[in-house]
Amino acid sequence: MIFLRQSLTIAVKDLRAELRSKEAINASLSFAIVILLLFSFAFDPSSEQTREISGGLLWLVFAFAGALVLNRSFARELTNDCLEALIASPVSGAALFLGKALSNFLVLIAIELLSLPVFGIFYNVRWTGQFWTLMMILLLATWGLTVIGTVFSALTVNLRLRELMLPTLVYPILIPALLPAIQLTSAVIAGQPLTADLYAGLRLLIAFNIIFTALALGLVETILVG
Amino acid sequence: MSAVRVEGVWKYYGHFPALRDVSFQVEPGACLALLGRNGAGKTTLLKIIAGLSRPADGHVLVAGKEARDRETRARIGILGHGIAVYDELSAFENLKLFGRLYGLRDPARTALEWLERTGLERVRDGLVREFSRGMRQRLAVARAFLHSPSILILDEPFTALDDRAIAVLQGLLEKALADGRTVIMSTHQLREALQLATNVALLNRGKLAYHGERTAEMLADPGWLYRHYGEMA
Repeated sequence: MIFLRQSLTIAVKDLRAELRSKEAINASLSFAIVILLLFSFAFDPSSEQTREISGGLLWLVFAFAGALVLNRSFARELTNDCLEALIASPVSGAALFLGKALSNFLVLIAIELLSLPVFGIFYNVRWTGQFWTLMMILLLATWGLTVIGTVFSALTVNLRLRELMLPTLVYPILIPALLPAIQLTSAVIAGQPLTADLYAGLRLLIAFNIIFTALALGLVETILVG
Repeated sequence: MSAVRVEGVWKYYGHFPALRDVSFQVEPGACLALLGRNGAGKTTLLKIIAGLSRPADGHVLVAGKEARDRETRARIGILGHGIAVYDELSAFENLKLFGRLYGLRDPARTALEWLERTGLERVRDGLVREFSRGMRQRLAVARAFLHSPSILILDEPFTALDDRAIAVLQGLLEKALADGRTVIMSTHQLREALQLATNVALLNRGKLAYHGERTAEMLADPGWLYRHYGEMA
């Protein structure tokens, strides 16, 4: 109970601070919209082509825009040495990580949900056909992105080139989650039913999330304190 | 049982030994002034005692338990170089946040009490980013004392404080010592530190050069310790 209460306290604090400063939200949302706009001008794809590339395009945008949110996650604690106060408090590294991951997850989901209608308009694609299936894929893949990103945000927080290091470290590890997410998103937007292959992708996403969440919770104390 | 027991602590930054086999004890209710020139290892040692960093070798016990123990961390109040409060939150939200993290029974009421004690009750809902430097420092002091810690770790607490914040902090430290709490503070302000201290430790390039009671000689001549045990001694 204490663990969850502390995690929620951290998550609420991060969300409140982000909603007041809007640093990460503004940067990430405008980046996502600009990329979607530029791609639509650059390739001018037909409706059929768009359905085929929709998964790759959306997850490319979400992953890059997400890096801007995740980079700020632990970096915001450096101002005024707040990270030291958190580590010195009786909050475990795992509770701190979970709180930050929850807050990042909610911000990323909000950015994705705001980007989807923009995608629909720019590419003239109806993406709401299998809305709840698409939501499930978004939730699963975004949690994977959040967990990996939050861990590496903690790991790179004291590096001078952390804005560069975080994506460099995160994207290769994310490949096992991004590939099924791309495949599933393309299929769902194209209106295809979920086949056995696609269900295997869903299972892979779930396994990825369980494994990396457990690893992150176990390792973050060592990452933060040494 | 000692309030803090440091045994054979080593700490390296790369290959550079920042602390070399440091051992000492601090008894409950004592006030230890941790002295030394810049780079002597004071902040590194305080971070290890506060559980912010782990030693490469040796260990630290706080009230008989490991420094990273959850219960131990709840007993420690730390005031470091930074103010450790959030610019985007109000003074009240900051104190309530830390009250919750420290598991206080009524974080809101305790936060209001400390805002009053530090003279910040009128700006309780103001965002910290709009505060003057002195107000931010008083809020930092309130944050460190909020959970009534039995051990206070202060890293150069008087540096960059304005007159009012110094008065608030001195008053709180005197009360804490009168209440039997333990204080460990590093400082370059020898006269102020020696007036409060019951014990003194001097670090010289990561090695403990002196540890003992604060004597009348030190109080009369704050430079005495450096002349007898410092690098040039």
